[in-house]
Amino acid sequence: MDKVKKDFPILNSNKIVYLDSGATTQKPQMVLDAVNEYYKSKNANPHRGAYSLSVEATRVYEEGREKISKFINSPTSAQVIFTKNASEALNLIAYSYGLDNLNKNDEVVLSIMEHHSNLVPWQYVTKKTNSKLKYMYINDDFELSDEEIYSKITENTKIVGITHVSNVTGTINDVEKIIKYAHKKGAIVILDASQSIPHMKIDVQRLDADFVVFSGHKMLAPLGLGVLYGKKELLEKMSPFLMGGDMIEYVYEQDTTFAPLPSKFEAGTQNVGGVVGLCAAIDYIESIGYENIQKHEKEVVDYAIKRLKQLEYIKLYITPNRKNHSAVISFNIVGVHPHDVASILDANGVCVRSGNHCAQPLMRYLEIDSTCRASFYLYNTKEDVDKLILAIEKAYKMFEKYIIKN
Amino acid sequence: MGDLEELYNDIIMEHSMNSYNKKHLDSCDFSQMGHNPNCGDEIKLEVKLNGDIIEDMAFSGHGCAISQSSTSVMIDILKGKTIKEAKDIIKTFIEMIKREVKDEKELEKLEEAIAFKNISNMPARVKCALLAWHTMEDLLNEKESSK
Repeated sequence: MDKVKKDFPILNSNKIVYLDSGATTQKPQMVLDAVNEYYKSKNANPHRGAYSLSVEATRVYEEGREKISKFINSPTSAQVIFTKNASEALNLIAYSYGLDNLNKNDEVVLSIMEHHSNLVPWQYVTKKTNSKLKYMYINDDFELSDEEIYSKITENTKIVGITHVSNVTGTINDVEKIIKYAHKKGAIVILDASQSIPHMKIDVQRLDADFVVFSGHKMLAPLGLGVLYGKKELLEKMSPFLMGGDMIEYVYEQDTTFAPLPSKFEAGTQNVGGVVGLCAAIDYIESIGYENIQKHEKEVVDYAIKRLKQLEYIKLYITPNRKNHSAVISFNIVGVHPHDVASILDANGVCVRSGNHCAQPLMRYLEIDSTCRASFYLYNTKEDVDKLILAIEKAYKMFEKYIIKN
Repeated sequence: MGDLEELYNDIIMEHSMNSYNKKHLDSCDFSQMGHNPNCGDEIKLEVKLNGDIIEDMAFSGHGCAISQSSTSVMIDILKGKTIKEAKDIIKTFIEMIKREVKDEKELEKLEEAIAFKNISNMPARVKCALLAWHTMEDLLNEKESSK
């Protein structure tokens, strides 16, 4: 695993400590090469031309879908829909499923940890349909308790939206339990796997989620490709989201019939280069293996938590139950604003995110404005942690004499 | 690192961590909220006028050291000035941050606020430094249009 960093040109040329993989990951040479090769030798508009280059681009695109389908163990590749990102995939579900299936007094239940992308669309849809939006709150360990899950998901619940791993606290939710319980109550479940699939195997059939979304760029692939998996009977009944070229069958002056899955949900020219990149990213992840990735990340994150806990002026926003925690660590230097900390860390070559992490309701619930967030991935090392700690110590020293002690 | 340590100097630190301007006025003629949605910084300015002169000012809210200190320093400078003078100072401060000042002499009127000059080297933090000044600009413009 120590050699992994060498595969990432940006990490070598910049000599930076990159701790913002929760926002987007860096890309290995293998992915960059695959995308480059596609544009050099295979690029054309898929599904359009009768000439052989277009046929080749179509083959690359559809074989990519097949590969991604197998990677998440989807029963068929027609259930794998490409979008521009996970947000678009979640909007597709909200508009095409939510608007048509929610009635007055129905309930949508989300966790308070949801990213704005799995939250704001549901505010719109519940208002439009006069249905209710409810939240499952976290306990002092930053986790969802069983009582909270069982009390919020009821017979009135029609849709449950849950993130597999929180992008703020790093909490791994027990989504299998939530999915089982929601199904028992007659609700469908939307699983946001954006923060989990880079780190752990996602088997959509074993999880039995009704919809699963994730984005390529958080798992080593280029920016600009999201993936939506859905159960076939649901996807088939849903109306299209975006309309235009390639998603139609017959278009008359006043009416249109739509193409079957997956094309029904893929209007316009698609991101073939992105699919190629995601396939190469899957190859890269599989060549290392999730087991090795997890083992390595655990070592590095364990070490980071240990070092951070030694600094008495640091507050951590993570669960004490290590087995329920992924590779995201939110923290603050008590009394110093996260933006100031992030700027000072940046000046020391350490990239962390600061802000509300697209989770304002969670921040409000935790009664904080923002946090610093260090998120780790397979290329991070214990040396990265050492540099992070050194930079945090520098930041604290700059502010120490000015901090108001309560 | 040099730039940054220069930026987080005593003026900025003192004003951000323990500002005497962070309070509420007993009575105020105008108030205005300012907000940076991307980072969550939020301030409220309160202004008491005596004719055309800014007699007293205060702020409340939360944010990073740059936005808090910039607000506090602005209040120090604008207190006692006429609205016209205040507008001119605000314009110059914004121009300084955006590197649009042609004559360096112009900066003299900014007094302590010149401490923020180096923020122009840190694009990610420009909006923190400008929050209070844009908010005050809005307040004065709204006051004028309500005449």
